[in-house]
Amino acid sequence: MSASAIEFVDVVKRYGSVTAVDTISFSIQRGELVTFLGPSGCGKTTSLRLIAGLELPSAGTVRIAGQDVSTRAAADRNVGMVFQSYALFPHMSVIENVAYGPTIRGGDKKLAIERGHEILTMLGLEGLSTRLPSELSGGQQQRVAVARAIVQQPDVLLFDEPLSNVDAKLRRRVREEIRDLQRRFNLTAVYVTHDQEEALAVSDRIIVMSNGKIAQIGTPSALYDRPSSRFVADFIGDANLIEGHVDNGRFRAEGLTLPLDMPGPDRPATISIRPERVILEKSGAGGKITHASYLGSRREYRIETVFGALLVSAPITDVAFQAGDEVGVSLPVGGYTLLVNESELPSARVSAQ
Amino acid sequence: MSRIIAGLNRLGGLWLLLGLAAVLIAPWYKLTPPDTGAGSSILGSALTEISAQRYWLLPPVLAMLAFAGLRVKSGQRWQAHVAVPWIAGAAALLFLMQAFGIGLNGPILGAIGQAFPAAALGQPGLGPGGFVFAVAITGILADALAARGFCRGERFAANAVVFVVALLTLFVLFPILRLGSTALFTPEGVFQPGVFITRLIAPDLWGLGCLYGQPRCGVVINTLILGILSGVLSTLLGLALALLVARTNFRFKGALRAISILPIITPPFVVGVAIIVLFGRTGVVTGWLEFLFDMPRTRWVYGLPGILLAQVLAFAPITFLVLLGTIEAINPTLEEASKTLGAKPLDTFRTVTWPLLRPGIAAAFLLAFIESLADFGNPIVLGGGYDVLSIRIFFAVVGARYDLGNAAVLSIILLSLTLGAFWLQTRWLGRKSYVTITGKSDAGLSAPLPGPLKAAAYAAVMPWVIFTLGVYAIVLIGGIVNDVGRWDLTPTLRHLATAFSFEIGENGLQFYGSAWDSLQTTLLVSAIAAPLTTAIGILTAWLISRQDFAGKGSFEFGTMLSFAIPGTVVGVAYVAAFNVPPVDITGTMTILVICFMFRNMPVGMRAGLAALSQIDRSMEEASQTMGANGFLTLRTVVLPLIRPAIFTSMVYAFVTAMTAVSAVIFLVSARHNMATAYIMGRVENGEYALAIAYSAVLMVIMIACIALIQLFIGKRQLGRRTDLQTLR
Ligand SMILES: Nc1ncnc2c1ncn2[C@@H]1O[C@H](COP(=O)(O)OP(=O)(O)O)[C@@H](O)[C@H]1O
Ligand SMILES: [Mg+2]
Repeated sequence: MSASAIEFVDVVKRYGSVTAVDTISFSIQRGELVTFLGPSGCGKTTSLRLIAGLELPSAGTVRIAGQDVSTRAAADRNVGMVFQSYALFPHMSVIENVAYGPTIRGGDKKLAIERGHEILTMLGLEGLSTRLPSELSGGQQQRVAVARAIVQQPDVLLFDEPLSNVDAKLRRRVREEIRDLQRRFNLTAVYVTHDQEEALAVSDRIIVMSNGKIAQIGTPSALYDRPSSRFVADFIGDANLIEGHVDNGRFRAEGLTLPLDMPGPDRPATISIRPERVILEKSGAGGKITHASYLGSRREYRIETVFGALLVSAPITDVAFQAGDEVGVSLPVGGYTLLVNESELPSARVSAQ
Repeated sequence: MSRIIAGLNRLGGLWLLLGLAAVLIAPWYKLTPPDTGAGSSILGSALTEISAQRYWLLPPVLAMLAFAGLRVKSGQRWQAHVAVPWIAGAAALLFLMQAFGIGLNGPILGAIGQAFPAAALGQPGLGPGGFVFAVAITGILADALAARGFCRGERFAANAVVFVVALLTLFVLFPILRLGSTALFTPEGVFQPGVFITRLIAPDLWGLGCLYGQPRCGVVINTLILGILSGVLSTLLGLALALLVARTNFRFKGALRAISILPIITPPFVVGVAIIVLFGRTGVVTGWLEFLFDMPRTRWVYGLPGILLAQVLAFAPITFLVLLGTIEAINPTLEEASKTLGAKPLDTFRTVTWPLLRPGIAAAFLLAFIESLADFGNPIVLGGGYDVLSIRIFFAVVGARYDLGNAAVLSIILLSLTLGAFWLQTRWLGRKSYVTITGKSDAGLSAPLPGPLKAAAYAAVMPWVIFTLGVYAIVLIGGIVNDVGRWDLTPTLRHLATAFSFEIGENGLQFYGSAWDSLQTTLLVSAIAAPLTTAIGILTAWLISRQDFAGKGSFEFGTMLSFAIPGTVVGVAYVAAFNVPPVDITGTMTILVICFMFRNMPVGMRAGLAALSQIDRSMEEASQTMGANGFLTLRTVVLPLIRPAIFTSMVYAFVTAMTAVSAVIFLVSARHNMATAYIMGRVENGEYALAIAYSAVLMVIMIACIALIQLFIGKRQLGRRTDLQTLR
């Protein structure tokens, strides 16, 4: 078995008294696109910089392609990075920017420029090679930054919030481009974002971070369907959190009893259910609509129940409820999940705003 | 070039090769050391000196051999071996101990003599081998630290940090400490800590006699009186100038700004000489006053009034720039608000503008105060009987009453005064700066200066303008007329000929003039010092703004401090520190260059810091992730983007090296004389015309050089020295 592309073992990064990254471990396989997701200040950028070698860990081990690079400078690793600001050299033309790496590593200048042109062609930028970065549009600048980062066939390609300087309207297209590119070149990529939708859309796996620690690692659907903590449930998508306790293999709250797959011992517990998983029925009782909104693609309701307030998202059908209506509420098996790390992470926000 | 370095690194490291060469073949000492009688040392290298029983040189040799062994054993990344930092640290420590423990005349401690009998003969200063070894061991230490993750594992940055710290320690901190210890020795060289107190409380330092009718005060009191008066007058004049430029429709603003550059390129003494020519007992103005108003000819200009005149002339442009910066940063809406609340112009000025100006005024005052204390050129020409610290220090070192210990005590007093003022300045500026950081708001017009204040400002500025024009007129014509002192204005080239005559004969070009030697040295030293000063200044700025390392705070503080050390103190400290082994370099051109490097580097550093703060540091990180090490990143990405700062620093370093006098005067030698020292000699002999001629030539050269550099970078900088001047 070949070694992981990237491996962190108990990595810590401190800045004076601030612990930006607190004892994290994970590994990333070849050809995978993994995203660091979390709120601002949780240590995503720092983790990315630890991979690049722009920071060295205060403790722990960083391995790239099986080699321990914990004390190795950025210049001695083979990583490509696309910076938030793109960081194109303003005094060099596009082709000089792209050929910079191969040239500076001591290669033949002519070959480097040839290779640069190749990459530019592949990214559809061949006409721009003699322009200065200041003469490019934002999108073009980003593509040049990507070209520059992959020209040396890096072990890993790093993106720090690559969409933050892109027009809101273009974001979807650019992130698809990035994903296609990563697949086409079979690159190992690490992507940083604070936007959960973006993370769900581009990643093979997501590493959710909170306060310098890893909250959960998993595929997008696993994270969405089976968040392990209040924090993750809340950060990815909207979630209804219902407090109660595990009792004899079932989850019980006031007026609610639900079967569980893996109940564990009896204890106070919380379950999370996504708004679109809640089923509303015209006939029946148990819930009262307090607020109804029409959002075009769906309807959203706030519902008062005995076990708490729920946010419900319903597809557009002929059935529409009004504030004040009595509705039946059912939570289907498989639509909810028991939070297993409930006690470990303090909840960052209140559920289902 | 970088490829060669990379190649050497592959071979085993540049530092290792240098280190081996240093201990095995290069002569270790500057001079052949005394014969120990134990056989001759063929090469004079550390290795062969050991065979001559100088066993204290064993550690350097062993360390280098050990590193060579490790290189063979562990391969290219040998610096990562656990033993390397320990061996390097121990070798460096033992090296320093022997260097400072065994002096020219033997060991400083008896125990050393017992361990090494040969030490009784003493050892001369370090030579090529010793210095190269010091460089190599420092580099290896830095590499070993980088291999452990220091500076994010970046070798170049780690080397830069370690070398800059080592250099600052050797050339800023060490001389000051040496100066302190010198203060504890009697003139005969006997260690006697009590003399420090005796010297410190000497009555001729602190006497207050002049305040109640006696003829003179102590030299410290004199210095303080001069500093305070000069600070106050320069600040007031600077304020008047700044208000005129910023708040009136004064027509010659451009000319004022141009004049404000003049003092920077004016060689020392020449203003003093011009003042004597104008106001001395036989001066032109004095003559007219006698003729017109029957005023008796006196020597009033020699002493406090003369020095004050010269200093205010020189410092007002500096305070002007500081205060102009402050005034321009005041948000005009504040004054408008006051007006809309019904305040009259004078009230607005008193209640809004003035309080906002106060921090700038304090800064300007302290700046002029520090400059006045450090000034050497004007007091020596115009002092007469008015003694100030810098002059007293000078004569304690070069005069008939040679007493280095006393010079050290006086230097310590002077240093304490300037450091105190510097500390006040940083504290004051740190706390009380109300100036809005966002700078100028586009809304609103600043209030014009109220009438009475405008009149007062004109009244202050006009005499200064006339006076400045007069002084520079003398400088302009003094060198090309027969005898400007006696107002004999017959044009002549004889002064220039004395200094700069040459002949193109059968033996080629022959220089006969008496000034050629010093001019040549000055140009050479300045031309060498300017790029080196810039290099270390910019490098330091880069380290401070881009690297995180332990002790960065004190590092930054140390570089700032060297601003506040008066040149005279630096001069004495260098004499105390570098006149004896191990670093025995007085009388060389090297010491002149080094002195300029460390005195002027803070300006390059400031300019570099300002420029670097404008550059997105992720560009450098991008370069690193693409495989460029720190050096290549600096060369290919950073330097091209901060060109203007580099040129500013170059110009400043060049010009200051051309006009510096206070530190240099202690360091020049018969072989390496500098222009300013030569001019000072002419002034002392009363050869004013020659001094003026030479100064004018220097100014022309400097203007030509600046023009050349400006041509290079287009129209930029020089007018905008505010932030630099704030710190001089
Ligand atoms: N160079 C630094 N010096 C000090 N603190 C830092 C530095 N870089 C990051 N931090 C701190 O570390 C924490 C994590 O930062 P970062 O990794 O940039 O967060 P994110 O990218 O997730 O927003 C923050 O609290 C931040 O203030
Ligand atoms: Mg970030």
